[in-house]
Amino acid sequence: MSASPTNAALAPAANANTDARKVVLEATNIVKELGSGARKTRALKGVSLSLNAGELTLLMGPSGSGKTTLLSILGCILTPTEGSLTVASHSTTGLTAEDLAKLRRRHIGFIFQSYNLFPTLTAEENVRIALDVRGERGSDATVRAQRALQHVGLRHKLKSFPSNLSGGEQQRVAVARALVGQPSVMLADEPTAALDSENGLAVMQLLSEIAKDASRAVLAVTHDPRTIPFANRVLRIEDGLIVGEERRAEGVETVHQLARNRKRKANA
Amino acid sequence: MIRNAMTFTLAFRNLFHDRIRLAVTMVGILFSIVLVAVQLGLYLGARNIIVAMIERSAGDLWIMAYGTKNFEEAQPIGLREKFAALSTPGVAKAVPLIVSFMDWRKPKGGSTLVIVVGTDAEDGGLVPWNLVEGDLNALGARDAVIVDKTYLRDLGVEGAGDTAQIGASRVRISGLTEGIRSFTVSPYVFTTLNRARNLLEMPADNTSYVLVKLQPGADIEAVRNELRSKVPDNEVLTKAEFRDRSLNHWLFATGAGVALIGGAVLGLVVGTVIVAQTLYSSTKDHINEFATLRALGSSSGYIHGVILAQAALSAVLGYALGMVIALTVVYLSEATPLPIVMTPGLATLLLGLTVAMCAISALSAIGKVMRIDPAVVFSR
Repeated sequence: MSASPTNAALAPAANANTDARKVVLEATNIVKELGSGARKTRALKGVSLSLNAGELTLLMGPSGSGKTTLLSILGCILTPTEGSLTVASHSTTGLTAEDLAKLRRRHIGFIFQSYNLFPTLTAEENVRIALDVRGERGSDATVRAQRALQHVGLRHKLKSFPSNLSGGEQQRVAVARALVGQPSVMLADEPTAALDSENGLAVMQLLSEIAKDASRAVLAVTHDPRTIPFANRVLRIEDGLIVGEERRAEGVETVHQLARNRKRKANA
Repeated sequence: MIRNAMTFTLAFRNLFHDRIRLAVTMVGILFSIVLVAVQLGLYLGARNIIVAMIERSAGDLWIMAYGTKNFEEAQPIGLREKFAALSTPGVAKAVPLIVSFMDWRKPKGGSTLVIVVGTDAEDGGLVPWNLVEGDLNALGARDAVIVDKTYLRDLGVEGAGDTAQIGASRVRISGLTEGIRSFTVSPYVFTTLNRARNLLEMPADNTSYVLVKLQPGADIEAVRNELRSKVPDNEVLTKAEFRDRSLNHWLFATGAGVALIGGAVLGLVVGTVIVAQTLYSSTKDHINEFATLRALGSSSGYIHGVILAQAALSAVLGYALGMVIALTVVYLSEATPLPIVMTPGLATLLLGLTVAMCAISALSAIGKVMRIDPAVVFSR
């Protein structure tokens, strides 16, 4: 089992193939306390989960359930109050802020709800900067950035600034930026929240394709039920605890299947 | 400072993204550079003027009355000091020099203070330089004096050939120099030793200074010690000592130099505050981008590099524009009694100060970035 809910009965049986997959991120008994003194609250109350390479996992839950806090900890942005985290076989215990930054740039790619693109940089530069912070520069970095944008279907928008791109295009640039460093883990925070249905589905389709890479795990925090068909696995979080895990045995539906389903329903 | 192309690109774009803020930054740097350039340029100009007479003299040693604070405010000493010097081994020549403030009466009425400098040109003690009209031989003519063309209006004359009065005696301008300025604002009036004595009604056995020229290879300290024993009532200073004493008096004892340097420091402080304020607000406006960089895994150094590159770009741009204005001011001041001086050394110093100012200004912005919580990238 990849997640360890406090109540084991809530977790459905895992797919038998899961155990064979490589675990690229493992969190054990993560506790996170926020605030101090009388205002101290426990945002996470002992979360354990693992992310497997080749899988797209959704983390779903209501507002205030601890999704973003957990994502921040899994992304080595926040440090847990208790518990341990291992990313790409590297334990984060005792690491300094600079060490954690190093771990992020080597092994983690982020996709944000509001894209977080640099408004003064072109699409290509926005992607290239993810390589630049890793010390990868020059023509090779440019070529890689262009390929990443090509991968997300934006080869023709290399020189466009974010203000000249649609929301969907901006999110695809963000996906390319997260992808270009070939991270072991990609973490997406509400990747479809700011997008219309069509663009949201396109981005999820992209993430599900990226997750097929046998060396990479993708985790998306979302409360958009339309994203579920793309997932290999869905984790549910409430009040700082993983309360359920659903493994989708049928695998990932493609956008075309979804479109066909929608059409069928409409005709019915 | 500029770590690589992307930090530079990001810094450049951030800087030019907000034109109004860029303009404010440039105004801060320009104000600072021009103020510092003018203040330090005036300081250098004043320094050059103060030491010009001493530097141009042929005196390796100067004999003067005890406590003489500067070249202009000399006290009479006996002419026998000249002979004491001439009898000292190692002395090549000893030249008397008279320096004194006198009242110059303008031909059309009114008067102004001048500094009469009396010495015989053929002695080579202190010869007027940069003659642009007339020649030194003309000083041999009756009542002849040489003045600097900068002060013609102050002296109430129009040029060579005009007459005026010093004390009770008539003088005629026989030559003009260019660029011999006085820090006291009272113009120098060159004449012969005897004419100066007459103008001042000074006894024939008096002088203001005796300039001592040493023989080649003479030990200056040995000669000075010998001279000190021979003229115990007076001081014997080397040229460098007298130069420093004059500088100390005019620039520091009077507070003039302190005011100039203080003005330069004030310019730097104001410039630093303005640049720091604009850099800080720019960083604050781009804080989410810096947080994103941090989330992407950039090191602190990388982010500092962006801010420092922004500061360096501001510095270079501000310096270039500031120097254009400063050099224009320098050019316009050339014909004034106290010209502003710009030297390659000062230009380099200004560049260094500008870069340092912008780097210091960047500290507050860096402090802001250091406190970024990268988790804000999830809360936008």
